[in-house]
Amino acid sequence: MFSRAYRAAVTLPPLLWVTVFLLVPYLLLFCYSLWSVSASQTIIHSWTLDNYRELLHKGVYFQTLLRSMWIAARVTIFALLLGYPLAYYLSFGASKHKDLLYQLVIIPLWVSYLVRAYAWKTILGSDGVLNTSLQYVHLTKHPLEFLLYSPFAVVLTLTHIYTPFTFLPIYASLDHVPRNLVEASHDLGATPLQTFWRVIFPLSIPGVLAGATFAFVLSLGDFLAPLLLGGPSGIMISNIVVSLFGAAYNWPLGAAISLCLLVFVVVLLFLSEKLERKWSFQ
Amino acid sequence: MSTTIQSEIAVNPKATGNTLLSLRNVAKSFGRHPVLRDISLEIAEGEFLTILGESGSGKTTLLRIVAGFENATSGEIWMGGERLDSLPPYRRRVNTVFQNYALFPHLTVEENVSYGLRIARLPKEEIAARVEQLLALMKLTPYAQYKPAKISGGQQQRVALARALVNRPRLLLLDEPLSALDANLRRHMQVELKSLQREVGISFVFVTHDQEEAMVMSDRIALLRVGELEQVASPREIYSRPATAYTAQFIGHTNLLRGDVKDGIARCHGLAWRTGLRDGVGWFSLRPENIRVAGGAGSSVRFRGKILRQAFHGATELLQVESTDGLVLSVCLASRQNWQGELDLEFSPADAVPVRESQERN
Repeated sequence: MFSRAYRAAVTLPPLLWVTVFLLVPYLLLFCYSLWSVSASQTIIHSWTLDNYRELLHKGVYFQTLLRSMWIAARVTIFALLLGYPLAYYLSFGASKHKDLLYQLVIIPLWVSYLVRAYAWKTILGSDGVLNTSLQYVHLTKHPLEFLLYSPFAVVLTLTHIYTPFTFLPIYASLDHVPRNLVEASHDLGATPLQTFWRVIFPLSIPGVLAGATFAFVLSLGDFLAPLLLGGPSGIMISNIVVSLFGAAYNWPLGAAISLCLLVFVVVLLFLSEKLERKWSFQ
Repeated sequence: MSTTIQSEIAVNPKATGNTLLSLRNVAKSFGRHPVLRDISLEIAEGEFLTILGESGSGKTTLLRIVAGFENATSGEIWMGGERLDSLPPYRRRVNTVFQNYALFPHLTVEENVSYGLRIARLPKEEIAARVEQLLALMKLTPYAQYKPAKISGGQQQRVALARALVNRPRLLLLDEPLSALDANLRRHMQVELKSLQREVGISFVFVTHDQEEAMVMSDRIALLRVGELEQVASPREIYSRPATAYTAQFIGHTNLLRGDVKDGIARCHGLAWRTGLRDGVGWFSLRPENIRVAGGAGSSVRFRGKILRQAFHGATELLQVESTDGLVLSVCLASRQNWQGELDLEFSPADAVPVRESQERN
């Protein structure tokens, strides 16, 4: 048996950490969301649901949330479309350069997010690599404006950044598919394509769900990519939260939006977890 | 003894039935390492053939080549007048029961069994009827809607069999399908599997490392040793007439005697018996149960032996006996009395079966 002092010494630091850095901030956020701000920009510490009412009645917040979800959904789809074939190839196809390819997929994760976002800015801008190249080979006369400061740029950048997050869980689940199941399927007359749809894909669904959840949740809450590359039409919900906590100095409304987003994400994670369980068999 | 061997050869399906599968000079190497060398083998319609061998003998590789999961480095495989080895596995009318069953974990028992028929796009009514029939035959009807993880090992084994047999293949390949079962269930399944094979009349190629299993189930045994066929024969023949010293030792227990042959007489540690072998060194296999307590016919080889060790096996007892000239032999006697001290023993010269010395291979 461990002494009480030892147990206290081991459990107290993480407990303290969670309390100070997670529980208290969430509680504060919750309190702020029920307070309001006066005309002279001071916080009024009396309970009200005004912030939540404003969210429901002012269309702009709801629209931005919808647009953020739409951007996140597109990022998720593209990241899956890129990540899945890559994971499949690495797990089933590549044999010689497997480790090298795996590292190549992982290495971008070590590079700062900011650097990668800036890189896209350099590529997509009016004097960017892409536009100058297109003009140089006379495919276009003027720089293509839609490339930068648009939802397109945000989706492109986020897809690039979050594809490894879809790749990893899909690769893990594909690598866990017993190879004799593939042989059994061939043995029973199924072509490689039929085997993929009837055996391999169903068994990789937990990985797809985990990857999709990563990509969707991470891009839904993203604010740097829309800030750097989004322009006015590419604003996402986190940008609104940032400005409410910053220049607009309306912490209560910012807190209310944050909490709504938080609840939404928690529900999403819960559902994805349930589905993953339903689709895992081993 | 020799008459029973003759009758065994007569019922051997290879001699009577039509050839279904024929392997012609099949060889396989992984890189520079040869796994199979020059395998030629014919399997008859309705035959139960066992490929027997130690681990690393290449038996599973041979099976995988027939199924199409591996390509032979050289040689040909024919089935019913059709070249088989150029077809991908999903075009071969061959089904496999895998060692660990390889059941699809996301499909129910029923969906597993109907898999091949759904792929073949058979009419729904026919699929239902055939699946129902196989589930009933395998006593799996109550588990039709269960996922494989929810049923026992023996039941999974039967699902794997049903899933293969429902397609009515011409040839069923079984890769050590009983190795994961416990001893009792295993013995039970050996009998079940053999009678099932008789019932459905499909040729079975069964891979195992267990010589007893091979003896119980097979019409013929193909003994594989480091990538080469050592002997192909019926269980009785391979037991009573082993061609090589390796076969004699691998299948059952035996005493391997090294005799000096001169003028039709073999001599070994003071024992002497008639043989058809030419002069020189000859190897003989003498089964422990063919040595008996002296008292029989005059043509027997007699000797006196001191009991060194004794192991009780129920109906029989296995004794280690040392002859006066220092030859140690295993003797299997009925366990009726307490054998002690010295014994007068004998064996018939015909039971000292001449075998070829097995060449070293690697």
